[in-house]
Amino acid sequence: METTKDIRAAELGEFMARCRTSPRPESHLIAILHKAQSLYGYLSNAVMDEVSEAMNIPAAHIWGVATFYHYFNLKPKGKHTIAVCLGTACYVKGAEEVLEAIKEELKIGMGETTQDGLFTLQEARCLGACGLAPVVMIDEKIYGGLTPKKAVDILKAYRKQR
Amino acid sequence: MAVRYQITLCDGPTCMHKRSKEIDAALERELASRGLSGKVDISLSGCLGMCAKGPIMIVNPGYTIYGGVSENDIPEIVEKHLVRKQPVSRLIIEEDHLYNRFFRVFGDVNFFGRQMRIALRNCGIIDPENLDDYLSVRGYEALAKVLSAMKPEDVIAEVKSSGLRGRGGAGFPTGLKWELTAREESEEKYVICNADEGDPGAFMDRSTIEGDPFSVLEGMIVGGYAVGAHKGIIYIRAEYPLAVKRLEKAIEASRNEGFLGTNILDSGFSFDIEIRLGAGAFVCGEETALIHSIEGHRGMPRPRPPYPSVQGLFDKPTLINNVETWANIPVIILDGAAWFSSIGTEKSKGTKVFAIAGKIKNTGLVEVPMGTTLRQIIFDIGGGIPNGKKFKAVQTGGPSGGCLPEAYLDTKIDYESLAQAGSIMGSGGMIVIDEDSCMVSIARFFLEFTQNESCGKCTPCREGTKRMLEILTRITEGKGAEGDIEKLERLGNMIKKASLCGLGQSAPNPVLSTIRHFRDEYEEHIKERKCRAHFCARLVRYEITDKCAGCAACRKVCPAGAISGIVKNRHEIDQAKCIKCGLCYKTCKFGAINKV
Repeated sequence: METTKDIRAAELGEFMARCRTSPRPESHLIAILHKAQSLYGYLSNAVMDEVSEAMNIPAAHIWGVATFYHYFNLKPKGKHTIAVCLGTACYVKGAEEVLEAIKEELKIGMGETTQDGLFTLQEARCLGACGLAPVVMIDEKIYGGLTPKKAVDILKAYRKQR
Repeated sequence: MAVRYQITLCDGPTCMHKRSKEIDAALERELASRGLSGKVDISLSGCLGMCAKGPIMIVNPGYTIYGGVSENDIPEIVEKHLVRKQPVSRLIIEEDHLYNRFFRVFGDVNFFGRQMRIALRNCGIIDPENLDDYLSVRGYEALAKVLSAMKPEDVIAEVKSSGLRGRGGAGFPTGLKWELTAREESEEKYVICNADEGDPGAFMDRSTIEGDPFSVLEGMIVGGYAVGAHKGIIYIRAEYPLAVKRLEKAIEASRNEGFLGTNILDSGFSFDIEIRLGAGAFVCGEETALIHSIEGHRGMPRPRPPYPSVQGLFDKPTLINNVETWANIPVIILDGAAWFSSIGTEKSKGTKVFAIAGKIKNTGLVEVPMGTTLRQIIFDIGGGIPNGKKFKAVQTGGPSGGCLPEAYLDTKIDYESLAQAGSIMGSGGMIVIDEDSCMVSIARFFLEFTQNESCGKCTPCREGTKRMLEILTRITEGKGAEGDIEKLERLGNMIKKASLCGLGQSAPNPVLSTIRHFRDEYEEHIKERKCRAHFCARLVRYEITDKCAGCAACRKVCPAGAISGIVKNRHEIDQAKCIKCGLCYKTCKFGAINKV
């Protein structure tokens, strides 16, 4: 029986095989890391080693790229990812207070995951939804016009869903 | 005929004179013969004022304006328009230019009426996922014109004489960039669209692509033809999934219809476009960093020269332009460089798209001719500041730009005058700040951003921004010292001069511009330990007023034991003990605690 892990590995393998046929395979590294993260949720050392083997790129180089870009996570994430927009429009409209309220409610700091594994807190650099500022994105859903209280209520609703 | 048509005939003196009564009769006759009598409303109007093109006939819905109509045209109009629903194009009065097509759709809304839309001409007008819609607004006509009737050098000459400058922020003349890339001899050349819109508070490029991805593609293909490249790459933020999806669809549709790929429109010219995703690094907006990122490396810049036009992607000559720049190209080709350069100021031609946000009523996207003043954008189009608050500053150019106070509101938008005022054009982010914001904190906010995004390659930017941030943090925490302002100025100017790329060269701008225009606020923070906007938490003094009902809620919540008082009597805060956590302020149900 094929496990989920094998299916993911196979999909990543296939993707890398396609990249290898292009004129400059190594230039697809970032796309490959995007693919790996979408499959596994984060970039583990094991996955990066796999990419290194398959693409013939030094693991140190992959590590360098993965740590350079904000989009890549090197640690597993919680069930829901909360991205608090800290773009200028949100900042001017009180994003910091919203962020403080969320930190206090979840008892975690930026980039951390709650003990129950439900939430990971991240900052976002402008989601481009400035008309709704201040904005928080939970997974793919945008919540706009927030106040500290509204933000906490939303988190409570997510907890209940569980 | 499910639609009920309304026909309006202009009955002003000129049209009346030009139009024989035959038209009315012919119309009645034609409708009767098709059994449409009574099913179409016919009315007369007063003078439309378009006398030169009379007799005028308007058909609704659709607001089709026919001009120079004679009785002989009536059968055709009835047959084609009213029965087959296909307006008679030869009689339609239509300007042949591409810009401002939105007037027909939303022209009577003030917000739009004051704009001039060139780059955004199709946004909100066409279905961005439908190639036919794009073709209906003369899409790919510029490409056809270029491939069939223009030599590459003609295209470059046209772009050069249009006066178009890079819309990414720096304002380098686009035509010159094209010429420099075309001049290089190489089998392999690249064209890149920079869609790595990283400025916080800016969403022009996202909206342009989401609203009209085809214009960007068309611009790139024209650019590829002009410089002799066969491969285009769009580097776009991963944070913009919808824009990526629309681009993918547009590329596929264009490829299927022969506008992209091998032998485009049977011209023998081949060009294809692929999408590469960024991964969240502000510095990748810098062209050499962007190139490194596409190559699969850390997005770090390198010194120029050599410029990308000589040695760019995979060390080949490369032409990089920003989304908005590309979207302008089809208009320049079709409406002409002479027309394009008639808009704007002496050195900045055409229009600029701005994303206005912050403390403003009409948050959104506007496109205005160069030379429009900041005041017109903020107050006439943007509707001013909400909640009766006072305007304090406008921030343009994002983390690379600066804050301008009220005295500069009549500054005209162009590259030079904004730079002179101490800010920059930038890519088009415009954040309006009201009296509730603290300028020192705003400067700190931007510096925190650039410091975090500094790639670390060159020392002035890596270390310098960090030291500046430390000083600013100290000031906002009430620990500022005499001489801090001068230190910031000295450091800032040094970082500007010594940094490797645009990020470092512009990172001190928000600090230097706020010092220049709001020095008194810095001094207040340092000397009086006061933040007039009550924004800096450590500089706020909490005081209990007469409204206090003596409920003791604040006393119970205060972690420092700084509040004392007897129940049902006014409480007091011991300022010496207060740690300024603000808990009492948040807890009070009577609004009895003031920030001073």
